Amino acid sequence: MIDIRWDAELDCTGLLCPLPVYRTSQAIARLEAGQVLRIECTDPGSLADFPAFARQRGHALLAAQDQGGRQVFLIRKEAA
Amino acid sequence: MTTTIAAPADATGHGQARRRPRRLAMVASKGTLDGAYPPLILAATAASLGWEVGIFFTFYGLDIIHRKKHRKLKVAPLANPAMPVPVPNLLGALPGMTAAATAMMKGWMRDAKLPEVAQFLDMARESGTKLFACSTTMGVMGVKASDLLPGVDIAGATAFLDFAADADVSLFI
Repeated sequence: MIDIRWDAELDCTGLLCPLPVYRTSQAIARLEAGQVLRIECTDPGSLADFPAFARQRGHALLAAQDQGGRQVFLIRKEAA
Repeated sequence: MTTTIAAPADATGHGQARRRPRRLAMVASKGTLDGAYPPLILAATAASLGWEVGIFFTFYGLDIIHRKKHRKLKVAPLANPAMPVPVPNLLGALPGMTAAATAMMKGWMRDAKLPEVAQFLDMARESGTKLFACSTTMGVMGVKASDLLPGVDIAGATAFLDFAADADVSLFI
């Protein structure tokens, strides 16, 4: 995960569903295809939600980590 | 402890091959604060996934898109055994108990940084969610078009079913 570079960051700590996915959707809309967004969450549901979000939107989930109650995701925007 | 649960660099979704976006159709039939959140949360989530969303507000659910009432939805402690502090029905029927239960839930929502109903409705309209107001309920309850929030479509069950016929997920709440 450390060797993947990202282009933008989104802090979703302290937020509960649906806000992390909602804000991620908005943040990805501002990126170009191929760019990577790093998202940090504290909602344990995000571990299930972000793989589903990437699958539904056709983006690439490059990494998903649970670091002791903090979840970090790297999502690469794919062309629509 | 660090646990990697997904790392494949080419894990693109398989949803992108679809010709049309997925669609969520919901009936919102409850006019309580706790009854308003589930359809609004699901609508915001589905819109974030790129889905089309439509909600048919019927019976008491019409209050959720009522210009004045949508900010005053309440939680009923009466006949509600799920209250975190169990309220005997005899007490739940006392004046002020509904207001107290409502204030308590609004406090939790604020603490959890969850948007209020009005904000969720703004999010829904910004994302293009269709808000259908049940015309039969309007007639039965004496609700006028001017009583409803802007951006709402007045429709009968036929128009909603026409929308829902192409839905991938349909929910009655």
